[in-house]
Amino acid sequence: MGLLTLFVVSIIIFTAVNMLPGDFAQAILGQSATPEAVAAIRRDLGLDQPPITRYFTWLAGVLQGDLGTSFAQANFASFVGEDSGTRTTVADQIAPRIKNTLFLAGVTAVIAVPFAIGLGILAALYRNSAFDKVSNVFTLTSISSPEFFVAYILILFLAVLNPWLPSLSNIYDGMAFSDRLEKTMLPALALTLVVTAHMMRMTRAAIINLLASPYIEMARLKGMKPMRVIVHHALPNALAPIINVVALNLAYLVTGVVVVEVVFVYPGVGQLFVDSVKIRDIPVVQACCLIFAAVYILLNLLADILSILSNPRLRHPK
Amino acid sequence: MSDTLLRISNLKIEGRSDETWMPIIKGIDLELKKGEVLGLIGESGAGKSTVGLAAMGYTRDGVRITDGEVLFDGVDLVKASLPDKRALLGKRIAYVAQSAAASFNPAHKLINQHVEGPVRHGVMSRAESEEDAIRLYERLRLPNPQEIGFRYPHQVSGGQLQRAMTAMAMSCRPDLIIFDEPTTALDVTTQIEVLAAIRDIVDQFGTAAIYITHDLAVVAQMADRIKVLLRGEEVEEASTEEMLSHPKEEYTKSLWSVRSFKRPAKPAIQTDTTPVIRLKDVNASYGQTPVLHDVSFDIHEGRTVAVVGESGSGKSTAARCITGLLPPTNGTVELDGSALPADFRKRSKDQLRQIQMIYQMADTALNPRKSVGEIIARPVEFYMGLKGREKRKRVDQLMDQIELPASEFYDRLPSELSGGQKQRVGIARALAAEPKFIICDEVTSALDQLVAEGILKLLAQLQDELKLSYMFITHDLATVRAIADDVVVMKDGRVIEQGPKADMFTPPHHPYTDLLLSSVPEMDPDWLSNLLEERGRDNVGDMATDKMA
Repeated sequence: MGLLTLFVVSIIIFTAVNMLPGDFAQAILGQSATPEAVAAIRRDLGLDQPPITRYFTWLAGVLQGDLGTSFAQANFASFVGEDSGTRTTVADQIAPRIKNTLFLAGVTAVIAVPFAIGLGILAALYRNSAFDKVSNVFTLTSISSPEFFVAYILILFLAVLNPWLPSLSNIYDGMAFSDRLEKTMLPALALTLVVTAHMMRMTRAAIINLLASPYIEMARLKGMKPMRVIVHHALPNALAPIINVVALNLAYLVTGVVVVEVVFVYPGVGQLFVDSVKIRDIPVVQACCLIFAAVYILLNLLADILSILSNPRLRHPK
Repeated sequence: MSDTLLRISNLKIEGRSDETWMPIIKGIDLELKKGEVLGLIGESGAGKSTVGLAAMGYTRDGVRITDGEVLFDGVDLVKASLPDKRALLGKRIAYVAQSAAASFNPAHKLINQHVEGPVRHGVMSRAESEEDAIRLYERLRLPNPQEIGFRYPHQVSGGQLQRAMTAMAMSCRPDLIIFDEPTTALDVTTQIEVLAAIRDIVDQFGTAAIYITHDLAVVAQMADRIKVLLRGEEVEEASTEEMLSHPKEEYTKSLWSVRSFKRPAKPAIQTDTTPVIRLKDVNASYGQTPVLHDVSFDIHEGRTVAVVGESGSGKSTAARCITGLLPPTNGTVELDGSALPADFRKRSKDQLRQIQMIYQMADTALNPRKSVGEIIARPVEFYMGLKGREKRKRVDQLMDQIELPASEFYDRLPSELSGGQKQRVGIARALAAEPKFIICDEVTSALDQLVAEGILKLLAQLQDELKLSYMFITHDLATVRAIADDVVVMKDGRVIEQGPKADMFTPPHHPYTDLLLSSVPEMDPDWLSNLLEERGRDNVGDMATDKMA
């Protein structure tokens, strides 16, 4: 099922990318390009082939693990004379960026998921209290403000006024883990603020939804404390929707972080993606899209599996 | 120290509806001695459960105690702080809910839920409580007491869950248990096991209990004293013996007489007539599991065939075969002598029109967003092709037939009706198609006795007027006695016995019919004891084990 979705997504990506106005040859050679030079580069990159052929060539490559060669990194045979054999593949280019993005997403998830669920549980426990209202307003404000705004506010308070954290996240290979973590902290916090509201509100709603159930009444009538009623009796039954929202937000952390990356100059996939679209570097754009889609599908699949595991009815059929 | 355990005085409770507070309980007094069992009876809406919960100092959302005292062993639970109450709940006062299936947490194993109380209240260690749970399971005659606790609630049958819940209530050896309709959702045969188990264990530990039910015959078996409630007020209270033999108030007498509705049996069927519905060797299965085996019976014009049996016996499956919702794997269903297509999608509109259904849960069978008039108008338009004024006229006429005048009820939503009124709307919707044959699937089992009686009378009257044929699916033999002409007894997907009602209720019976008949509680306080003696105690346990297998 997931593979089929991925296949459909690949067609959509390919079509959409090819519908972008202009192409790499025009973009790189600029206004004053001679038609011959444009044609030469097109021939070199295979852009003169019909789209269907190009799609299947690409697909065949992807299936063999070859994401293609970045246009920007290619040496053009027509200009250099012969192939130097030192092409940088898309995979080489994307791999370190993916690692960075996953690191950022991972750090954010470690902070945001427990924070959001904890907050949701407390909001459900003290529902309609001042705490509930304040946390609702706070999370809603942070989700409704633009990401760059949240990011700049954090920079202002945590980097400029109180120089606790570095505002530039220029991480590189071979950095010590602690340094890397420190430099990642600000973007991670900004993203945490962005994704918390959704998860927190779902946790709260899913738990409150169950509070009228007879088994919750039973737990209360057994003299259990409110905290235990919520965490031990309601939460396990509310897991399925919570897991799904968490997965959705984690996917967002991988695929939707362009703005935050730009603000903090964080070398992640998002930046690479935007740069590649600008110069119509089609193989990189396609590879990024495909990876985003795969992450999305994978996380949703994982959410489905975890939902099943959290339900004893599905785990232990009669 | 006196031996009074619980004293409720002048208890007043209000419930919120649309922003205004309406009185639900209008000043109730109640006293319970140690080790005594008080039966609390009344129709739904009488406030029985509210009083039961208030005896624990607990109210549901949207309900509040406005006045009065609930003194439990000297502590006023109305004024006690939440932590003080929590220290008593589960430990000294326990609760057994109506639906154990809904009241056990689906995410945890039974034993973990059982030991939670003793461990959290510091009564026993986890290991002690687990051992104790197994002993209680054994005493309540649950099959496999060693292992049953390690299952999840959905892996255990309803009757067993109800006993496991009684065991859980006993886990801290409380002084008082509130039983809130613990057997209402169970089959008669299962009910007996649970009743016997509850009575046994309450006797054994000298636990006081408040037993809430709408079934008089059941309360007669369990209670020392009975209190009758009506709309939040006490009607009367007396010892069980006295209450049964000499009820003082009119209302109590009317409750007692409900079971007396009986319509005269119709003459025997003429052998040469074609039945309206005929099932011929019908077999059906859910997936790979066969659930019906060679089921054959006839339903003749103007007659009521009651199909009885426990849950899981195949009654409703047979109905699904007749309606074509579940095509039989083998055998045919005939309407007026000609075979119907097995699948309802292949039946003609007229064939569909002839067979209608009334459902058990009128609540869920009516579209909550449509008004009563629209619900009834839909089949009028769909089957009869009436439009505009004619349609409205027909709907008005149908609403008169069910005694809900259109002038008052046409624009009401189902949520603004009582249970009995909703069921009447269900009847009108079935009648709108002008069918020959109606399947009534447990149509009265969710209703109080008085209301149920009204529905049965209405159905009987409609049958006489319109020559309708009914297939009446039920597990309640009192209903069968009241309305059936012929009876079909089913068990495990097979027809065990069938024939005219008079034959079925006179011995000799098939052993299973006998078991069903003798399991119906009677208004005799000694009935349960006598029956258990007759059957032999061990047999009851064996029956439970059989059902497991």
